[in-house]
Amino acid sequence: MKHTLAVLVENRHGVLSRVAGLFSRRGYNIDSLAVGVTEDPTISRMTIVVRGDDRVLEQVVKQLNKLIDVIRVTDIESEDSVDRELVLIKVASDVNTRAEIIQIVDIFRARIVDVSTKSLIIEITGNEDKILALEKLLRPFGIKELARTGKIALTRGAKKV
Amino acid sequence: MSEFTNKMTGARALIECLYREGVDTIFGYPGGAVLPIYDELYHSKIKHILVRHEQSAAHAADGYARATGKTGVCLSTSGPGATNLVTGIATAYMDSVPIVAFTGQVPSSLIGNDAFQEANITGITLPITKHNYLVQDVKELPKIIKEAFHIASTGRPGPVLIDIPKDITTEEFEFYYPEKVELRSYKPTYKGNKQQIKKAVEEIKKASQPVIYVGGGVISSNSSESLLAFAEKINAPVTSTLTGMGAFPGNHPLYLGMLGMHGTKYANYSIQEADLIIAIGARFDDRVTGKVESFAPNANIIHIDIDPAEISKNIEVMIPIVGDANWILKELIKETEHKQHSEWLAKINRWKKDCCLHYVKNDKLKPQFIIEQICESSKDAIIVTEVGQHQMWASQYFQYTKPRTFITSGGLGTMGYGFPAAIGAKVGMPEKDVFDIAGDGSFQMSSQELATVVSSDIPVIIAILNNGYLGMVRQWQELFFSKRYSSTCIKDSVDFVKLAEAYGALGIRVQKQEEVKPAIEKAIASKRPTLIDFIVECEENVSPMVPAGAAINEILDLEVKK
Repeated sequence: MKHTLAVLVENRHGVLSRVAGLFSRRGYNIDSLAVGVTEDPTISRMTIVVRGDDRVLEQVVKQLNKLIDVIRVTDIESEDSVDRELVLIKVASDVNTRAEIIQIVDIFRARIVDVSTKSLIIEITGNEDKILALEKLLRPFGIKELARTGKIALTRGAKKV
Repeated sequence: MSEFTNKMTGARALIECLYREGVDTIFGYPGGAVLPIYDELYHSKIKHILVRHEQSAAHAADGYARATGKTGVCLSTSGPGATNLVTGIATAYMDSVPIVAFTGQVPSSLIGNDAFQEANITGITLPITKHNYLVQDVKELPKIIKEAFHIASTGRPGPVLIDIPKDITTEEFEFYYPEKVELRSYKPTYKGNKQQIKKAVEEIKKASQPVIYVGGGVISSNSSESLLAFAEKINAPVTSTLTGMGAFPGNHPLYLGMLGMHGTKYANYSIQEADLIIAIGARFDDRVTGKVESFAPNANIIHIDIDPAEISKNIEVMIPIVGDANWILKELIKETEHKQHSEWLAKINRWKKDCCLHYVKNDKLKPQFIIEQICESSKDAIIVTEVGQHQMWASQYFQYTKPRTFITSGGLGTMGYGFPAAIGAKVGMPEKDVFDIAGDGSFQMSSQELATVVSSDIPVIIAILNNGYLGMVRQWQELFFSKRYSSTCIKDSVDFVKLAEAYGALGIRVQKQEEVKPAIEKAIASKRPTLIDFIVECEENVSPMVPAGAAINEILDLEVKK
């Protein structure tokens, strides 16, 4: 079971290693982790996707809350939130395959951000399913490199986490 | 505008902050990166106890904190000085002891360069501190120190480390000490939830076979009086963990002694037959629960703890109440009705009679006998221990009646802890007799501190139960490894009496039962650091015992010997 946690932390040096260290020493698995400063420059927001049953999740949340630099931890339910990830995919392409790839990219409303004689870089933003689907379609052409930001999420509506 | 300025160096500010936090004693060891701090200490009113190994500074601060209830402070230099603190900090972390550790660091400009005596101590201690700091701006030093003492001593207490680069200690700034701590991300819960308390009261009302299970949290929250009143009000028997010893009077009829691996049989039987367990400031450690699936199979569990992360960590509990144990106990005393439980208590009393703690008494010098004799000679003493068989005997055969009189490394199980912790305890409570009950193995891990107790005139009494073995490991080898005593025999490795004398301490050797009491009394009367080398029965086992992985009622007597 995957959970998305929004973790608000003090924007200070060393906080990332405190959080990452907690996950590794307690044996929790992180699927992805994205960090950036929020609208308040003293606060950073980490979006952590963690795998585990409810009991593991409960411990993760409690242990995170124990860290002095952690201000708030919220489990973001997927039906109640918007989540996105940005992925860059470098795919092999030549004159024979370029058109076909561009077509796929259009269908996904992705963008081509770099072209060379032997490759294309595609930028796609979306939720996990969309990204997986595109990746699957591009694989036969030969994916040379792939970089992803990790998921970020906000709850829907006016309320804040 | 005022002409008044309060300019001072970082080192001077550190001392000022310690005064303001009420610190009168610190334990430490100098070195290059802390030279400016030691220079300030030279003419300060703070008493500095010079240990002979930094690990002892951390243990001594820990012993001081456990004995007095105040926050212990230790200081070491960068690099090896800092890494030597690590075991002491981890020990304090596992047992939730408030200490603030100051370490020197190489100058800011050299951090990350693998400079001489550089170690990333904030990185190293990340998992074993409640919080830690690397000071990057001297102007932040007072605020950081204020926060550190606040964090260490509030909520679930624990160690906090402050790493101070050398240039910060020499830089001048305008000193200002904040009156209050403002931490938006750290607000421990003290008042228990009323709804939860109500539910607990209902369960207590329904229960016919309750047991109160207390841990070190009762001591650190100073809840002993409330615990006594609560237990007497609902007439429930009380069992204690190793670190909870002394939280409830050991001579009280409702007391069951320790539970778990080397607990009393009747404490373990009571847990297994209980219909309600009220856990207070305890964390269901594996040494307590044995096989976790079969722990307290019939009981609903109420768990009172200040740390929400302890709730349902090891065992699913029915009613958690997060908050200060003292506050919650006072509420429970108000809300609960008097109860009798006479049938349940009668049953327990039968167990107490049929399976009390016992050992074979013959003409040999038994370690248990020595503990009993120390208890008789000095029943209000502070007993500090190392780790191993002697530690278990000290928990079983000494009757602790007051909190903060039994000091031991429970969670981490640190050999070499007892002697330096005893130093801290004696410095904090000089009017008390302080014993380090030690094994011949453990004592050798900190024996250099004989120099400290002699030179600083700290009259602790070291009682070595010398059996020539690393006894607890030997016991396991005897029971589970067909007596292959691999690397556990340390017979005749040192003449402890001569060792004590070499440092200028009093050394006494005891080989016969009749010499025990006179030796203890001589040590107490001498008012000098004293080492008593008790040559005890060498293959005595700690009994009873729950084998690893068994349920706690599958507890065995091991005394059938020779």
